Amino acid sequence: MRRLAMIVLVVAVLAAVPFTEASNAVLNFLVVALLIALAGQGWNVLGGYGGQYSFGHAAFFGTGAYVTAVLQVRYGVNAWLAFALGIAAGALVGAVIGALTFRSGLRGSYFALVTLAFAEVLRIVASVAPITGAGVGTLIKLDLRHEALQFQSRAVFYWAILGLVALSLVIAWAIEHSRFGAWLTAVRENEDAARALGVDATRVKLGAMTLSAAITAAAGCFYAQYFLFIDAGIAYGPWISVEALLTAIIGGAGTIFGPLFGALLVRLLGEAARLVTGDAPGLDLVIYGAALVLVVAFAPRGLMGIVADIRSAFRRPAPRPTAEAAGG
Amino acid sequence: MLSPVILIPAILNGLLTGAVYALIALGLTLIYGVLHIINFAHGALLTAALFAAYFTQKLFGIDPYLAAFALAPLFFVLGYALQRFVIGPASHGDDRNMLLVTLGLAVIIENALLYAFHADTRTIDVRYSFETIAVGGSFLALPRVIGLGAVLIVALLLWALLRLTDTGKAIRAVAKEKLGAELSGIDVAHIYAMTFGLGTACLAVAACLLIPTYYVNPHVGNAFVLVAFTIVVLGGMGSVPGALIGGLFIGVVESLSGLYLGESLGQIGIFLIFILVLLVRPSGLFGERA
Amino acid sequence: MAEPLLTVRNVSKHFGGLQAVDAATLFAEEGRITALIGPNGAGKTTLFAMISGFVRPDAGSVRYEGCDITGAPPHELARLGIARTFQIVQPFAGLTVRENIAVGAHMRHRGRNAALAAATAIAREMGLGDMLDQPAAALTVAGRKRLELARALATQPKLLLLDEVLAGLNPSEIRDVVPVIRAIQARGVSIMMIEHVMQAVMSLSEHVFVLAEGRIIAQGPPEGVSADPRVIEAYLGHGAAKLTAAGAA
Repeated sequence: MRRLAMIVLVVAVLAAVPFTEASNAVLNFLVVALLIALAGQGWNVLGGYGGQYSFGHAAFFGTGAYVTAVLQVRYGVNAWLAFALGIAAGALVGAVIGALTFRSGLRGSYFALVTLAFAEVLRIVASVAPITGAGVGTLIKLDLRHEALQFQSRAVFYWAILGLVALSLVIAWAIEHSRFGAWLTAVRENEDAARALGVDATRVKLGAMTLSAAITAAAGCFYAQYFLFIDAGIAYGPWISVEALLTAIIGGAGTIFGPLFGALLVRLLGEAARLVTGDAPGLDLVIYGAALVLVVAFAPRGLMGIVADIRSAFRRPAPRPTAEAAGG
Repeated sequence: MLSPVILIPAILNGLLTGAVYALIALGLTLIYGVLHIINFAHGALLTAALFAAYFTQKLFGIDPYLAAFALAPLFFVLGYALQRFVIGPASHGDDRNMLLVTLGLAVIIENALLYAFHADTRTIDVRYSFETIAVGGSFLALPRVIGLGAVLIVALLLWALLRLTDTGKAIRAVAKEKLGAELSGIDVAHIYAMTFGLGTACLAVAACLLIPTYYVNPHVGNAFVLVAFTIVVLGGMGSVPGALIGGLFIGVVESLSGLYLGESLGQIGIFLIFILVLLVRPSGLFGERA
Repeated sequence: MAEPLLTVRNVSKHFGGLQAVDAATLFAEEGRITALIGPNGAGKTTLFAMISGFVRPDAGSVRYEGCDITGAPPHELARLGIARTFQIVQPFAGLTVRENIAVGAHMRHRGRNAALAAATAIAREMGLGDMLDQPAAALTVAGRKRLELARALATQPKLLLLDEVLAGLNPSEIRDVVPVIRAIQARGVSIMMIEHVMQAVMSLSEHVFVLAEGRIIAQGPPEGVSADPRVIEAYLGHGAAKLTAAGAA
């Protein structure tokens, strides 16, 4: 229950930001950071809790974004419905890719590779298929009405994405407190042992991948509504696969708040890089990559691990018991 | 159906392109065979090698084919150092961490190049860029024929190194049975780094063969490396002959599907082969059970 | 006579050219401790893997409680009441002892709290009560063996397959674990164990099967089997039986 209270507290603090006369630039920064946090939480469900490292979450982000945009632009579907269908389509793509890969027993490097390949296939298809606008991309008409899921005020967009992030935090909390979550982490730690204890590993991974894809697809749907333009490179490009993974790992994979804090930190670093260098592209991503390597090397449990270490250091000033020495 | 007049040159050209693909895949498969990780930094390192070949020609006027003799050792050292001092220590011996670290390196290298040289596409001029030779009625670009020959020589050298030298024997021992190799006194960290260095040196040679007829920009490596992944998976992860045959095969597939489907969709053909092989026979067509 | 709890009939498995298990037949009676012994490389672990669903037999059948379970996946077998431990212990290293056991307990308890409570109870029974919140990685070898047993028990099995649960323990640790296995039997759980520690097999099991080069070469009560010349030959090599007989005379 304390974790749930933490979620309420963190979300409440973030929800208060628009009342502090924050500039549009600040709000815009936070909207994008939360969008990445949402995509990262999707990655975290499968990669953090389930140990299946996907290098192609763009497949779900892009599907969400394209379905939301194309249904509105080409078929006149209501934006809210298109948004929901975008999430459903993302989940479906996740389920199909998951069914194919997990049934073939692909793990580790192979899984990373095949997810990457699926994302690339979708990117190439989207860059030539007429329905997606091919190379030109798809533009959603500006229509600032609530029915069209567009808002005059940036604060409303901000609260909307915050609501989705809050939901994703609750989902992560529920995973940690459910049988499904126990099975999923067991599969991450040791798949054979989990199977011997009655865990249907394929089904559990498939469930995690579908849920993971739905969450990341929601981030894609929101992207389309917020920026009103997507093309193949944005929707299915490697950047989102990398950022989703990066925020979860840097924040702390397999923790509730990891992706959120990871996204805020990573985006702050990127912003700082831009301040120093002007608009020259590249340096922010160099910093992201370096942060990833450094976290893997020196803080394997990410930011949340550092926080936990600091807290336990304050709680127990005495040196740690010899349990670790006995572990060998 | 297309007439042989178009088909035969397309196949020959595919073989020539495939040879360079094979060399890139060779580096990847060597690293996989020994370290059992997929090196996601392979594409970015190829881009770096292309930039290196480009600048040695632009700044010093050194012919790329000559530059290979300097760049290959240089990239060997670079690869050795990366594995020994970055990837190895940062991964703590965990495969998942190795994936993340090589991905992180890829992002760093690619974007450092973007930051330094911007997104511009660059080419070099050498007098033989557009020379052709006639082979059985088809005209083939001279640099690509040279490329095929060079790839065969490199493959032969690599084979000899793995078979005949002590280092090669140690590499094969570590690939087969890491623990046993360690117990018999082989320095596994050193062998890992040697292997990574060799794989990276292959990229330097590939870059020197590519640059006379190709271009370079900070993202150019990605296109090659995905093809290389396909070849490695097709040929069997870790199989050197598999990489060679797979490379030539994919070169021809790309050339032919480009002919029938157009360039973008031709690439999809490669990916579909890739996904299909992974799902149906992840050990590859020529490989042993992974 | 009623059908035994588990009947394995003529199962075979080969890997490439190697015939790992060759038409092996064995059974486990309800409520008993049955042992499967044999020299290294005899195919014991492969046979176990086939019974527990990790490896599909090339031929033959496995029956449990009167149903054919040949080739059923491990998680279904666990649901039917067959649990196993691994020769090389496989803890969920990043989880605590309680969480480890709870994974097994979830088999019968949907709710998180119920599963954690069941895990706590089993941990206490298995002598892991004061390590509940430690990471599994911090346990000693003996502790990990206990954890492996506790996890399997948490699935409430009818048949427990133990793969060399005593291997790697020192004599005093073995003395501690043997009563634990007896206690499990006393709860009504039938046990089939692969074991190398002969003394333990003799004192624990009621029926022994001997596997050599993939075939069952002898079976019966432990005293009889250990005197069987075929068994002595399989363990010590050709002519060994004559020598021991001569030595005894």
